[in-house]
Formats: sequence, structure tokens, C-alpha cells
Amino acid sequence: MAISAKEILSGDVQAAARLMRDLDDEIPSAHRTLKTLYRHTGRATILGITGAPGAGKSTLVDCVTGHLRQEGKTVGIVAIDPTSPFSGGAILGDRIRMQKHALDEGVFIKSLATRGHLGGLSKSTIDIVNVMDAMGKDVVIIETVGVGQDEVEIVKVAHTNLVLVVPGMGDDIQAMKAGILEIADIFVVNKSDREGADRTKQELETMVGMNTYREGEWAPPVMAAVAQTGAGVPELLSEVERHWKFISREENLERYRREKARVELMEILKKRLLEKAVDDLSRDGVLDLLLQDIARKIRDPYSIAEQVVDHKFGFHLTEGARKGKGNRRR
Amino acid sequence: MKSVPAKKISRSRTTKGKRKVRVLVGKPGLDGHDRGAKIIARALRDAGKEVIYTGLHQTPEMIVNAAEQEDVDAIGLSILSGAHNYLFPKVVELLRKKKMGKVVVFGGGIIPENDIPGLRKKGVDRIFTPGATLSEIVEYVNKRIRPRA
Repeated sequence: MAISAKEILSGDVQAAARLMRDLDDEIPSAHRTLKTLYRHTGRATILGITGAPGAGKSTLVDCVTGHLRQEGKTVGIVAIDPTSPFSGGAILGDRIRMQKHALDEGVFIKSLATRGHLGGLSKSTIDIVNVMDAMGKDVVIIETVGVGQDEVEIVKVAHTNLVLVVPGMGDDIQAMKAGILEIADIFVVNKSDREGADRTKQELETMVGMNTYREGEWAPPVMAAVAQTGAGVPELLSEVERHWKFISREENLERYRREKARVELMEILKKRLLEKAVDDLSRDGVLDLLLQDIARKIRDPYSIAEQVVDHKFGFHLTEGARKGKGNRRR
Repeated sequence: MKSVPAKKISRSRTTKGKRKVRVLVGKPGLDGHDRGAKIIARALRDAGKEVIYTGLHQTPEMIVNAAEQEDVDAIGLSILSGAHNYLFPKVVELLRKKKMGKVVVFGGGIIPENDIPGLRKKGVDRIFTPGATLSEIVEYVNKRIRPRA
């Protein structure tokens, strides 16, 4: 049964849960509902939390959520865990560390599997954040899968990105590398009661200090916290608050909104165009023939991709492929 | 783990519009032995299911709330504490209260044979007792649990 936008806007938990699942499963009717919901989005503040596996992301989400609830804010949490590349199954275990909020009606937790999507998020993450936003959640927290160095997709989705680092993860050259460390709006040295925390914090501060920030630019602060005990989290949250104020300045917000709009459109286009191309090529088994030709080096993938993009694939490629088949028979 | 040849890696593009079975695995009550639950979670993952693992010391309310938000098709519970005659029916009852009666509840643990008919009567779909094999459980889930329409 298709879920209506009205059910979501009225805060119906089961309808929202179902819509989110439909979006994750790419059920067409769900995208229709999202079209209506879209203009109700844009009110929530989106907080991204990323870091290596075991850095304490879930624990921090739990702790931050507790504080936000005390301020009376409602919270949506999208927690992403990896899908097994072999079975397609997944164990989604982020809830284990979010028990405190299991009975709180002001908190909605959705666990998602990456389902083969790279970049730290699931394919459906933006859609599901939009649903939570439309539901009226004040803050939506996205917890990425445990990431390495280059999974930075989150940066385009969240208003504020926290990058979690733990002591003892390598020297300062690691910190200077490009990638994940560039996306932080705020660094969090978690488990800062451990040995080496001061050094890690110092190294990050040095790294940040090497950049020159112009007036009106945001220089990411480095915060120390112990998510397990909650130490340092109030200080962290006041930095988050400061960043929200920063991003709420007219010129910043406009830039953020436009950037998010670009990502949304590009992601959807990418998906749709690819689907359409693959669907069209798959008709009459053309795709298989083309793949065979490529594998046998009769054709090259570059030319085929070019032809597909130039809309030549419909009729022309069908002809070509069939000819190719004929040639081989000869 | 035996290694799996690269070509067996499942391709995500083919999942469009296909429902994936989602199962919540949890441990209600006070016993702290979650090895069994973890093994089941792992086996179901290997069978291609998305398993939401909620961990230890859950109340029936917490489990049903999580099941609601996660839109699962089934709930698998592991109980070794002896409180199964209370906990299982309570979960079923709460599901029905929320109009989620279609969510299949199954479970396992140290459960005397004599208690099983009563639990089944109260809406627990299947109970696995010590000695049940993993393949038995996976086969049950494969056959019995369908994505809710």
C-alpha cells in the first residue's frame, strides 16, 4: 500500500517507517510520495558523524541525542552499517549503543545497510533524511559506516560534519593526507582519556593551523571528548551550536542549500540515467552481446559509452550489436 | 571463513524494487548470554537478510518500538533466563496493540518442551530449543518470513 504525504506530515511512525523502507527498496510509489514531501523539507538541522570503525560514532550519537532531547529537540537518527558483499545481508548493530532512547517518542532511529553503495552512506540516505525532515524532526543525525580516508559523501548532505578520531591512529602525516580530514567542521578526539590523546589533538590543531582562513571562513575546532562517559560533550555541542549559527548566516545558508540541491539532483540523475541506459540496452539482450564484444576486444567500452551518451544506442547500437553477432558467425 | 570467488559478489543494481527481508534479533530480559543471538544474526546475514541487532537487556516495549521504526518482517528472540512464558507473549501482545500482528515472532533458548504449545497458542510462530541446527533456523526464516506487503 502506498504511503501518502499526509500520513508522514502528521507524524505517523509506522507510515514513516514504511515509506523509508520503500525508498530503500526503491519502490516507485515511494518516490511519488517524496515528490510531494520535498517542499516540506529544509527545516531540520542535519548533523553528520563519521570516523573509523570503532571510533565511537554510535556512542557519541547516543550521548548527543540525550543532550538534544534535554533541550526539547526531537531527533531523527539514520545509522548506516555495511552490507556483506557476498550474501547481500547485513548486521545493523548501531541500536545497541542507543538503548537510552528506545522508548522515547521524540527519537526515531532508522538502521540502514549500504547495499553496495560506496562513500559511507546508503543510496537512500538523502531520501530518508528528507522524510525525517518532513516529519518535523528538529535535528537529523547521520552516522556513516566506519570509514577510512576517502568516504566523504556525508559532507554534501549534512550542515555540520563531525569527524571522530581516536588516539594512536598514526602520525601527523596521516592527518595531513587529503580526504576525510578535510571535510570536518569540527574534529572530535574521542576516547580522550586514553594515552596519546593530547598528541593527537595537538597534531590535528597543527594541521588545521597550517591552513589560512580568511575572514568569515570557518576554521574547524578540535574538541576532546569521552563519548562513553559524556565528558567533553557539552563543550562539543556548544561548538556545534556555534557552527549552526555560522551556517545560518544568509550567505552561508544559501550556499549550503544550493550545494545540497546540486547533490540531490546529481545523485538522482546519475541513478536514473544509468538505470535507463541499462534498461534500454538490456532489451533484446543487446547488453550481453556488447559485453561479449568488449570481453573479446572486438569493441571498446569507451566508444560504446560514447554512443550511449549520444543517444545512438537505441536503434543504432541494436543494429551494430546484431551485425557484430553476424560477423562472428561468419 | 572460506574465500568466495569475486564473481559471486552480489551486484546492487539488481536489487531495484526488490524487498529485502528485515529481521530484528534481540535479547529480552536479564540474562547476559548473547552468543546464541549473535550466531543467529550472523547466519541470517549470510542468508542475505538485513538483521537489526538490538543487543542485551531489552524490554518487550523496546523491542516492539524498534521493530516499528525499522519496519521489520520478523522478530527473533533469544531467552535463556526462564522468563520466556512472560516475555514472548508480551512481545506478541504489544505488536497486536500496535496493529503490527503480521510481524512473525520466533525464538529460541532454554525452553522446556512442555511450554512450547502454550507459547504457540499465544502467537509465537516457532520455538527452537537447544540442538536446533543453524541450517534448520535459516531454512525456517527463508520459508516462513516474507517481506510484508
